[in-house]
Amino acid sequence: MFAVALIVFREVLEASLVVTIILAVTRNVPHRGLWVALGITVGVMGAGLIALLTRVISASFEGAGQEIIDVILLLTAVVMISWHVIWMNSHGREMAKNMRSIGGAISEGTQPIYVVSVIIGLAVMREGSEIVLMLQGLWLNGSSLMMLEGFFVGLSAGVLLGLLIYVGFLALSLKHIFSVTNTLLILIAAGMSAHAANFLAQAGLISSFGSRVWDTNPLLSEESTLGQVMATLIGYIACPSGVEVLFYTGTLLIIITLIFVTRRTSHCASIRSDLFHSKGSM
Amino acid sequence: MWLIMAVKITIRCITKTLKTLCLSGVFSFCGMTAFADTVPEQLLVLRDHHFVPPTLVVPAGQRFKLVIKNEDLTAAEFESSELSREKIIPAHASGYVFIDPLDVGRYSFFDDFNHDTANGTIIAQ
Repeated sequence: MFAVALIVFREVLEASLVVTIILAVTRNVPHRGLWVALGITVGVMGAGLIALLTRVISASFEGAGQEIIDVILLLTAVVMISWHVIWMNSHGREMAKNMRSIGGAISEGTQPIYVVSVIIGLAVMREGSEIVLMLQGLWLNGSSLMMLEGFFVGLSAGVLLGLLIYVGFLALSLKHIFSVTNTLLILIAAGMSAHAANFLAQAGLISSFGSRVWDTNPLLSEESTLGQVMATLIGYIACPSGVEVLFYTGTLLIIITLIFVTRRTSHCASIRSDLFHSKGSM
Repeated sequence: MWLIMAVKITIRCITKTLKTLCLSGVFSFCGMTAFADTVPEQLLVLRDHHFVPPTLVVPAGQRFKLVIKNEDLTAAEFESSELSREKIIPAHASGYVFIDPLDVGRYSFFDDFNHDTANGTIIAQ
């Protein structure tokens, strides 16, 4: 039972943390619960579908189908998260200036809220498909009661940890919530990108550029719960390969550059409109 | 002001270099499939939720293709955090992962869906 619970917990944790951060970001968005629920529902159905198609997926692309699907899911999430963060950074300031909540802007339709559902759906889909496969195996082995117990214990523990972190977020002021969650989202995206790179190397599609650049396992083991939380939250990799380091830093730099560029453009635009308005009033 | 400009230009240069690196990655990707076939193979079999052989000895410092053949009725997930590899192997099917050149040492692996029985070690020497 404990082994099952642990595996379910580990898989649920990643999706749970993503949902937590999204919930914190969209604190003031009306009906956000619906969009989050939609994301989770579609994610669970997608997980079932992927589990159902495992055999087909595994055999496709000369045996590299699984990695290719994972890479597509991960990179789509990276793009969605980056888009969201960049948008928040270029518009968030104006919102704050106008004493309006960031959430208000999302509900006004300037940032499509379905992005929230997509990000959550992708996370649930990836983690959920493994749970489905494991449970299916236990079911076939005839250990159904143990399976159910383990599943619910693991699921509750994962959701509970997410809730705890959410309460922690709520304790932050609105200004800090904005910067903390945005920083976390950028790091999560960088971590997902590194994860995708590792999948490509695993399938032999790209070179690893060095297998062990450093090893911080003695400091913080990736198998410990804290290590797993860190792996999701900031993309912590105890023993990364060269290509993982490259993708991680590359993604970070690209997102930060885009934030600077768009912020500057929107800043210029607002100065221009300020000038225009002051001229008009003269 | 100049400092900010300089930082921005540096960031742009770095992004450009990274993009070039990514592109070269894509090119090496095209040549990689042929390259992948010449890599030596090692075989692991999953039978009754045990790895056969439980200990696999491989030469250190050499990239290899690890083929995992699952003879059981249920799916398995070959996993090793030390090798940073995870791959689902459906029932009655085979899958593979590429393992980068290893330093001399022991690397443990397991079936994530059957932790208790299905675990083993790769010894690189």
